[in-house]
Amino acid sequence: MITNFFEGIGAYALLMTKVFRRPDRWKLFYRALVKEIQLLGLDSIGIVVILSVFMGGVVTIQTAFQLSDDPLIPTYYIAMATRESITLEFSPTVVSLILAGKVGSNVASSLGTMRVSEQIDALEVMGVNSASFLILPKIVAQLLFNPILIIMSLFLGLWGGAMAGDLLGLVPFEESVMGYRLEFIPFENAFYALIKTVVFAFIIGSVSAYSGYTVKGGAVEVGVASTNAVVRSCLAIILANYLLTDLILTS
Amino acid sequence: MIQAKGIIKSFGENHVLKGVDVDFYPGKTNLIIGRSGSGKTVFLKTILGLFEPDGGSIHYGDEVLGEMSKQRRKTLRQEIGMVFQGGALFDSMSVAENIRFPLEMFSAMTEHEKDARVKFVMDRVRLEGADQLFPSEISGGMQKRVSIARAISMNPNYLFCDEPNSGLDPETAIVIDQLIQEITHEFGMTTIVNTHDMNSVLEIGDHVVFMKEGHKVWEGTNDEVLGSTNADVEDYVFKSKLFKQVRTALRK
Repeated sequence: MITNFFEGIGAYALLMTKVFRRPDRWKLFYRALVKEIQLLGLDSIGIVVILSVFMGGVVTIQTAFQLSDDPLIPTYYIAMATRESITLEFSPTVVSLILAGKVGSNVASSLGTMRVSEQIDALEVMGVNSASFLILPKIVAQLLFNPILIIMSLFLGLWGGAMAGDLLGLVPFEESVMGYRLEFIPFENAFYALIKTVVFAFIIGSVSAYSGYTVKGGAVEVGVASTNAVVRSCLAIILANYLLTDLILTS
Repeated sequence: MIQAKGIIKSFGENHVLKGVDVDFYPGKTNLIIGRSGSGKTVFLKTILGLFEPDGGSIHYGDEVLGEMSKQRRKTLRQEIGMVFQGGALFDSMSVAENIRFPLEMFSAMTEHEKDARVKFVMDRVRLEGADQLFPSEISGGMQKRVSIARAISMNPNYLFCDEPNSGLDPETAIVIDQLIQEITHEFGMTTIVNTHDMNSVLEIGDHVVFMKEGHKVWEGTNDEVLGSTNADVEDYVFKSKLFKQVRTALRK
């Protein structure tokens, strides 16, 4: 099992050296990139919107439940704690985990199907660097679009939190806004969230592509690869999250 | 011309090719036949360069495949067309886009020239009016024709076909066979077809190679195959009731 793990790491690294090559034709690369942004990015907006709004609401309610017993704590502190939770963890990490499920399975199953139906062999026979041609646009699309999704998620999460607080009478909307602005260091918080987002986007794109591209067999194996893509991406995100949190916040 | 000289290929303890020597001639449909597991597909993929041989050499004209630079190998691939068993068409592209893909990728043609080339090959394989359809919307026979059109769009010197008839009805299979032979003769390509189908052998086998257990056992033309006295060939060719009756009729 340990040998398999290290063999897998080696195969992944070798695949990435094939992926990050100059595209044969830039025109085809840009065309594929636009398509991937549509498929992997724009099509994920709906789930990110719903998830972020409700996640913000839940975080506000949970925080209010913990702090509202103490009359000495001003209610805008609930909003401030909500802001910290959403900015530092919930938006970059939880949304990336959801995207690993949605986008990762899509990438792995589409590449796996191309592998078992010999479409990747057809590209290789033509002399096309299939790894670069197929995987690079997917990774670049996520590196470009996931930060946009996460910034959107931050705003929606905060809005959802403020709305939930106001509707349930926990924190008035104006106090939520005040709490969100309290001791906020935009560059530090946003920078931290975006660094994590970019790393997670690379993990989702590359790990799921590796799972799909290396499929051997038929339809059953494509299904297994799709599951593996999600599991591997999620594990890698959780591990990277721990390392990045330690690295950025403690330095 | 493609020459395979003493090709040896193993996967672990499984010795698939045990020293195969074959010359494949330009302007002819060269057929590789044999039972499942005889090494046909591995042989074809080794000639294509998808597998590196453990021994022996593959010659494309005067050049040895194993000694070519990476760049030369890449340009050689643009001289090769391949028709896969399942078609291997790109699902996300229409028929015309599939055929146009190699031109977009490698040719220096203008858009107008590409349009003209796509139209020419589509007409040549009788696919008029199917340009906007997607692979999932066309029949198996049409998919094979699209695959052939894509393979010849770059006007290749070499055409490889891996069981082009599999999954087709007998009538469509003959149409595909005849199409492969026509374009081979018309463009002077070196065509190598991997097949199980005896109808294909008799229909288009300008040069037939019979393989068994990783060896070349026999070679000849389609006219010679029915009269072969090689026991392995006889056993393979006259397995079906139909061909047994053909043999009886021939002997009479």
